[in-house]
Amino acid sequence: MIEATPNIILHAADVHKNFGGLRALSDIDLQIEEGKTHAIIGPNGAGKSTLLNVIIGRIPPSSGAVVFDGTVLTGKAPHEINQLGISRVFQTPEIFPDLPVLHNVMAPAFARRDGAFRVNLLRSIDSERQIRQEAEDILDDIGLHGRRGDHAGSLSRGDKRRLELAMCLIQRPRLLLLDEPTAGMSRHDTNTTIELLRKIKSSGMTKVIIEHDMHVVFSLADRISVLAQGRIIASGLPQEIKEDPRVQQAYLGGSVQ
Amino acid sequence: MFSLSRKDLAALAVFAAVVLTMPIWLAPFGAAYPGLMQKFAIYAIFAIGFNILFGLTGYLSFGHAAFLGVGSYTTVWSFKLLSMDIGPAMLFAIIVSGVFALLIGYFSLRRTGIYFSILTLAFAQMSYSLAYSVLTPITNGETGLLLARDDPRHLDALFGAQATAAGLPQPTLFGMSVTGYTGFYLCAVILIIAFYLSQKIFASPFGMALRGIKSNQTRMNYTGFNTRPYMLAAFVISGMFAGLAGALLSITDPLAGAERMKWTESGNVVLMTILGGVGTLFGPVIGAWLIKYFENIFSAINTNMLNGLFSFLPDGVQTFVVTVLSKFVGEGWHLTLGLMFVLIVVFLPGGLVEGFHRLMVRLKRQKATPDGVTSVQPAE
Repeated sequence: MIEATPNIILHAADVHKNFGGLRALSDIDLQIEEGKTHAIIGPNGAGKSTLLNVIIGRIPPSSGAVVFDGTVLTGKAPHEINQLGISRVFQTPEIFPDLPVLHNVMAPAFARRDGAFRVNLLRSIDSERQIRQEAEDILDDIGLHGRRGDHAGSLSRGDKRRLELAMCLIQRPRLLLLDEPTAGMSRHDTNTTIELLRKIKSSGMTKVIIEHDMHVVFSLADRISVLAQGRIIASGLPQEIKEDPRVQQAYLGGSVQ
Repeated sequence: MFSLSRKDLAALAVFAAVVLTMPIWLAPFGAAYPGLMQKFAIYAIFAIGFNILFGLTGYLSFGHAAFLGVGSYTTVWSFKLLSMDIGPAMLFAIIVSGVFALLIGYFSLRRTGIYFSILTLAFAQMSYSLAYSVLTPITNGETGLLLARDDPRHLDALFGAQATAAGLPQPTLFGMSVTGYTGFYLCAVILIIAFYLSQKIFASPFGMALRGIKSNQTRMNYTGFNTRPYMLAAFVISGMFAGLAGALLSITDPLAGAERMKWTESGNVVLMTILGGVGTLFGPVIGAWLIKYFENIFSAINTNMLNGLFSFLPDGVQTFVVTVLSKFVGEGWHLTLGLMFVLIVVFLPGGLVEGFHRLMVRLKRQKATPDGVTSVQPAE
């Protein structure tokens, strides 16, 4: 049994993952400190998304375990992992395209309040003023309040990503996993998203970000881990990573920015 | 408890008015007799329940007739063993069909999409075979389960209310007979309650979760919802609605046969829901009424009536028209229904309710256009 040290909220210990003969992840030992923003970077195919999927329980590791605040995540169902306080933003936005934007944000709030299953037939959605207010506030924050009545499927790609972020934020998770949260966004939208993520940084939420955009990584990250060919080749403060020659060779092509 | 939005309350009031005035507005269509109107109400309840599963979660069950049949058999057994009062009969029908739905749903919901549909179909066909042959002691097989004068009826016996009149005992509600118009109004009131319940479910966080499952099950799971019990609850609720409909079928005509469980019955309720509008409140009701109307009225039209109708045409033309049309009425009413179904699915995938909405939008636009023209004119 692996014990989590007090300020380590997530610990991926000795994680290996093989797909057939392919070693996607080997010898991963990743510790995420509570309240920090931890970026995972690496070239394409380095295993970043696989690592995130192992953390969230979407893919079981071949060996090793992921421990969240003293609880082993390995083998738990996605909804159980979420109920522990972990939310995830996907690379391609996973929203409810057939539901109004407002309901997209309200549904996760119900899951937070009512747990994994509850048949509450006697109340109506409209009478849930508190949750509705919370949802409207968060839509205001991300600038989608004006479109709260539209079907989420009709939003632009950038708006869908922001909506998905709002759906995660309304759950006030302890750990937020972001898989390339700004991919496919315009420079303007990217900056808005960075601002939004900075704002919640002060609220003490732990974040793990997978990102290609170095501008985003260095504006947000407190810690950076570099993944190459399924191994963590470096881990440390942004400044250390910038100067690490191995990292520059493996990923940054010799220079940063 | 009565917390519905103003829009929903208005819809409920309109619905109640439409259902209760059926004997008036159905008269011009030749369908205003209690036996048929009862069927309208009963199959509307069946379709409303089916829509809670299919409309909200998108899981297409091809086996809902099994619950209709279970409801019917339970009701007749309640009449035989307990009492001719319909109260306990309906209660037991709902409970027993709910238990059946729990069992069938538990296994069927392990799969999604076409596999789920096939599993429900398989279970329903199994139930049909069981009822038809294997379980003859319980279902009386091919003949169907009938009442008999010497049934024990323990509850009735306990209260000393043994039927003394000649012939078979009749189902009652607190001693009141439920034949003819009483029977219709009984079904109508239960239909209104069923509609109200479906409104409550549509407007509740539970209904929202079911819609979420239809929209994106992956997101539901990663949002912290355990989707399987939600699905199972929806399946059981819709099975109970079907059981209630089955009970009413046996109450208005106290016998139960295996043919009620046949796959064509399961297919019918799918047609009703799609025809009217999947996932809408009114759609399944409209679909049910339309199909039952066709089944009972269109199928009764024969060649003589057509000849009478087209007697104003010249002889040769009349024979031609009647020969063509006669293929679509009477025995051929399925052909008309099939054509209608194809046209609606191709051109109005949202069913008749969507067609109605489109019509309203077009009317509004037409109304708006003249205004626009007048406001432009001064500028010219």
